[in-house]
Amino acid sequence: MGAVRVQAEDFDAAAEARALAAGRGDVGALVTFVGLCRDEGGRLAALEIQHYPGMAEAEMARVVAAAEARWPLLGVTAIHRYGTLAAGAQIVLVAVAAAHRGEAFAAAEMLMDYLKTDAPFWKRPRRADGALEDWIGAKSTDGDRAARWGAADRE
Amino acid sequence: MKALYFAWVRERIGKDEEPIEPPAEVATVSDLIAWLSARGEGYAYAFERPRVIRAAIDRAHVGHGAAIAGAREIAFFPPMTGG
Repeated sequence: MGAVRVQAEDFDAAAEARALAAGRGDVGALVTFVGLCRDEGGRLAALEIQHYPGMAEAEMARVVAAAEARWPLLGVTAIHRYGTLAAGAQIVLVAVAAAHRGEAFAAAEMLMDYLKTDAPFWKRPRRADGALEDWIGAKSTDGDRAARWGAADRE
Repeated sequence: MKALYFAWVRERIGKDEEPIEPPAEVATVSDLIAWLSARGEGYAYAFERPRVIRAAIDRAHVGHGAAIAGAREIAFFPPMTGG
């Protein structure tokens, strides 16, 4: 069973990954993905991330369960932060443990693709001069990336 | 039932959430969007392009044709941009 957390606090990606393999000898591959807040060439100071409490956790758990159903994974941790995240800050973590790298890479990529399109989070950039920009719009390519994994994983 | 709004839908309506009691003929998410749109300028602005609006009933994504009967919580929001 994968672990899902939605939190304002930062996370320790290395510690989360280590914990997936700690005390066991069957993990041969550990893939960690961390998404960071970009400053877009110095233009942005931070991202304001809003989420739907309760549903965010539920959707992340659903996506993790879909990945676990698809590949023989040995552990999954997914963390998504919310609130004001300064440029350079960590936003999201996906860590996947498996026996082999193929399923670990694939599962981590699918998890990220689905987190982008299905997990209820919304980003709004705050500029370096303090002004709030418009909400970021979803990219059509995000939907395309998620669709690669097949409609069976969605309702 | 409780309606929840997120991101620019929330800002246009000017509320995070509110109790709503739609009449019985409001049967689907699509009906509810039309019914809410008639409540005022902010609502009309939030729902001016209904096709871009996503909905969730009791914290699960649904299409606009989904029945709302028995729902405790219905959320409206723009496409998600997490990750």
